[in-house]
Amino acid sequence: MSQMLLNALLLAWRAIRRNLMRSFLTVLGIVIGVGAVITMVTLGNGATLMVSNQISSLGSNLLILRPGQQLGPGRDSAGAPNFKFADVEAIQNQVPALKAVAPVVGSKVTLVAGNQNWSSQVSGTTNDYFIAGNWNIAAGRQFEPEEETVGKAVCVIGATVKKQLFPRESPLGAELRVKNFSCEVIGLLAAKGQGAMGQDQDDVVLMPVRTAQRRLTGNQDVSTLMLSLRDGVAADPAMEQIRRLMRERRKLSDNEDDNFNVMDTKQIAQTLSGTIRTMTGLLGAVAAVSLLVGGIGIMNIMLVSVTERTREIGIRLAIGALEHEVLLQFLIEAVVLSALGGLIGIAFAFVTCLGLTTLMNIPFLFNPGINLLAFGFSALIGIVFGYMPARRAASLDPIVALRYE
Amino acid sequence: MNDSASAPLISLRQVVKTYGTGTAAFRALNGVDLDIREGEFVAIMGPSGSGKSTALNILGCLDAPTSGAYYFRDIRVDELTRNQRALLRRQFLGFVFQGFNLLARTSAQENVELPLLYRGEDTAHRHEASRRALAQVGLDGWEHHTPGELSGGQQQRVAIARAIVTQPLVLLADEPTGNLDSKRGHEIMELLVSLNREHGITIIMVTHEPDMAAYASRTVRFVDGSVDSDTRREAA
Repeated sequence: MSQMLLNALLLAWRAIRRNLMRSFLTVLGIVIGVGAVITMVTLGNGATLMVSNQISSLGSNLLILRPGQQLGPGRDSAGAPNFKFADVEAIQNQVPALKAVAPVVGSKVTLVAGNQNWSSQVSGTTNDYFIAGNWNIAAGRQFEPEEETVGKAVCVIGATVKKQLFPRESPLGAELRVKNFSCEVIGLLAAKGQGAMGQDQDDVVLMPVRTAQRRLTGNQDVSTLMLSLRDGVAADPAMEQIRRLMRERRKLSDNEDDNFNVMDTKQIAQTLSGTIRTMTGLLGAVAAVSLLVGGIGIMNIMLVSVTERTREIGIRLAIGALEHEVLLQFLIEAVVLSALGGLIGIAFAFVTCLGLTTLMNIPFLFNPGINLLAFGFSALIGIVFGYMPARRAASLDPIVALRYE
Repeated sequence: MNDSASAPLISLRQVVKTYGTGTAAFRALNGVDLDIREGEFVAIMGPSGSGKSTALNILGCLDAPTSGAYYFRDIRVDELTRNQRALLRRQFLGFVFQGFNLLARTSAQENVELPLLYRGEDTAHRHEASRRALAQVGLDGWEHHTPGELSGGQQQRVAIARAIVTQPLVLLADEPTGNLDSKRGHEIMELLVSLNREHGITIIMVTHEPDMAAYASRTVRFVDGSVDSDTRREAA
């Protein structure tokens, strides 16, 4: 009996080999479908891992306070008021678990230095920002207390800004034109590289918060607070304390929801990973449709092939092939084809993922689960879509089939 | 012949074959009685439409009679299912066609192996048997050529090798020389005669060429769906 099965496999293999080009075209749909599914899922996994890695590299002790309900999908920040500088001081004074409280206000602004110009994120903040954001000063210095209180036009620039505007000379002491005012460069940040969302973290200009409020945003608002916990302090009680303080300061009654949110890096990572997972799922589903289309392609070509091979089927039946043997042969042909397509698709996806992850600078996570799933699914497609053509081949009348021209 | 007293290998009794129904019905066979003994070489002749091809299809178990009885040894073939007839063909019969009907782009050896694959034979036995069958038809050294690389006569030899590789009791040939020139045709007939004489294979051949029919030991002539004449000739 196993010899019978072996022979059926051999018969199917010989039929595939006889029409190599057509066989290849038949499986192309499966190859692309399987390749697309695996590539999407692998890239999605890699991106998720990269995001959570980078966010945890920010430090496990970072909290972010923003107006509005939550980050990510369904976010409702409309109408939620920004913070005031008084909020910053209140948190500083009343939450002892924090070692740094950095307000952030800012916008994307065009910078000019000499005959160069560059557009960059300009943030107004305090010296606490260097602690909360894990920044080191590569050259120069931080803000002086007096610069912070009066809002002097001084700034610390990131490595990318230096590269774009001061490619050769030292930027320290140079004049940087920010929108419509001139600013003295007093410090240069150590380079950090790419951020969690693929953005360039070094493309920043920092200045005292009062300077930014007065000259850029024109109001007293603070849009974000970056908070850094003292070492060894648990995040949850501190977050709860901040939440209560903010509810009190914003005069929210008991039946009102928070109109701000405070998240630690773990939650941020989860929210972002959740978003990426949704995208991955979506793209994977689109790719799965192409796999289905590939299956229909197999059925189509197998049906044509049955018609074209009518005479051959007649010969097989005349020399004693049973109906179920012809059925089995065509079914095996379809399964071998689609499984072969699956294997080529896996190899194709492997190479594509290797290239794309290198290009996009995300880790390559080989996921055996999705590879097995895609392969199993492609074989299943062979059975499902191969059955109808196989049934048709097996039910041919040998006399009619032999006479078929 | 020593088996003249024993029961015939094949018996048709009042076999009728009708195609279509109602007024469009056409009786291709109209009550045929025919006995064929083991070791005979029978040529079936007759004008087109006389029912000779229908008779061959029924004798070859490719088709079932509408009524009447067909005994193969002691098996009632007319009562068998489609699959049972296929098993009977696989076990006892070999086919040679006018158009050779080899699988294209497939080597001679793989073509000859085909019936053995359906019998579930293992690789070693398949190779041995197919080489032996090809040698028997004079195609030593042509095992790996595909039909496209062989002449018509050689292709028909491959087809004969495929028919005899299972060592069948009966070889059914439908105009085996119809697509060949007369020189190749005579060579094929000599091959069939030698298979009949030396290996005792019963041969039933449909032909419309009298000089091919002359190789047979018996000629059955069909006219209008019935046996018109049945002549035996003592082998030379």
